[in-house]
Amino acid sequence: MAEFLMPSLGADMEAGTLVAWMVKPGQQVKRGDVVCVVETQKGAIEVEIFESGTIAELLVQPGTEVPVGKPLALLQREGEVLEAAAPASPPGPAPKAPPKVAPAVLPPLAAQGRGPRASPAARNAARELGVDLAAVTGTGLSGAITREDVERAAAARPAAATGPPPPVAPAAPARAIGMRQAIAAAMSRSKREIPHYYLHTQTDLGRAMEWLRAENQRRSVADRLLPVALLLKAVALAARRLPEMNGFFVDGAFRPSAEVHLGVAISLKDGLVAPALHSVPDKPLGDLMRELSDLIQRTRRGGLRSSELADSTLTVTSLGDNGVDSVFGIIFPPQVALVGLGRIVERPCVHDGNVVVRPTVDLSLSADHRVSDGLRGSLFLAAIDRLLQQPEAL
Amino acid sequence: MTRDQIKEAVVKALLGVAPEAQASALRPDQDLREQLEIDSFDFLNFVIALDKSLSVAIPEADYQRLATIDACVDYLAARMQPKAQDGAQFPEKGAF
Repeated sequence: MAEFLMPSLGADMEAGTLVAWMVKPGQQVKRGDVVCVVETQKGAIEVEIFESGTIAELLVQPGTEVPVGKPLALLQREGEVLEAAAPASPPGPAPKAPPKVAPAVLPPLAAQGRGPRASPAARNAARELGVDLAAVTGTGLSGAITREDVERAAAARPAAATGPPPPVAPAAPARAIGMRQAIAAAMSRSKREIPHYYLHTQTDLGRAMEWLRAENQRRSVADRLLPVALLLKAVALAARRLPEMNGFFVDGAFRPSAEVHLGVAISLKDGLVAPALHSVPDKPLGDLMRELSDLIQRTRRGGLRSSELADSTLTVTSLGDNGVDSVFGIIFPPQVALVGLGRIVERPCVHDGNVVVRPTVDLSLSADHRVSDGLRGSLFLAAIDRLLQQPEAL
Repeated sequence: MTRDQIKEAVVKALLGVAPEAQASALRPDQDLREQLEIDSFDFLNFVIALDKSLSVAIPEADYQRLATIDACVDYLAARMQPKAQDGAQFPEKGAF
């Protein structure tokens, strides 16, 4: 039997409110199915399950606020036979973490044993970050767990919380944290931990815009492309060539990602969210436009999926529509880079030896000096620039 | 279709992309992007909505003529009456 836990949708989430179940006891589910809707400071999120099996029991009623890492449901895994030791029918409500239980929300982190030695600060951090202390390796005195160990463990599994709730008194029914506080926490952590360096370049978009104009004349109104689709595709392809811009910094080391999932910063009334566009390098521009449009709608009106909040490998922020020329962003931990897109604006440029007016865009890179240096960063921006000079290949 | 009907369709399309806006508070002569804080995606969805409700395909090159509600109504009224004085410039939908 596995527990399906309240996931951590971002390192700063403490709790979420279960809004609705999308499944019933006895229903079969497979990995990736949406099983419930949870209200967070980022809006209502459709939470996916990461294991296949049969829903054995729903442990929480809709309307309940549940701390990150607390079980929401019990799942009988595919092919799992109930053992003799366990009763034939699933046990009653909220079991006290039977030893065989493993988290169903993410690949297990070997959750076993309870009450590890940990400092009060570490316990607080574990509660805040939804980290199971039993799964954390302590590096403090006599192997005690420190706050830093917990933060490392939290960064190691950005997608969701694992393990049973920490063995401390449950947090006072924490009210939903405001989105502003969530942004503040993530950005403060970034500025505390990540030694940023910043690069900037200006790219000639003359060819790209010309190609786009011609392409859009062929397309129906609903299928038209916006320049941002070209820019995102170019960023993603460049990230594949410069892998040290794409991945996570966890446990003191960089883990590059084979996939490029671009987090796209989307503004909301009270803040912003950067959900993921998945596998961007492999998608045609038309698909990217449709998916981006859908992602923006769901970000603003509800219906984001838990995976979309969890697995961005590189973030792009664009403030061009609001009229600024450049933006230098703060990296969203545990990612290691962020690309800023400014406004597309006509400027005098030297082109083929003449001063001409061309559409241009400012590209910026904020990158993590623990992982890369300015030289690699500049190659990354140069690669984006080069890709944008061949729009027909995007 | 009368100008009032066109204006109604324009406002409806705008509220579709900026649902928190209030129809009564919209200023017909003020820049749409500024007063509604809409971005290029919202604007594209606005154009798609007009295409659906009025069956008017708006070429990308004409987006700049849709800066305000008044400008939208002027532009759409002209486009929907190809027999008007400059109708030759505005072929029926499908010509683009």
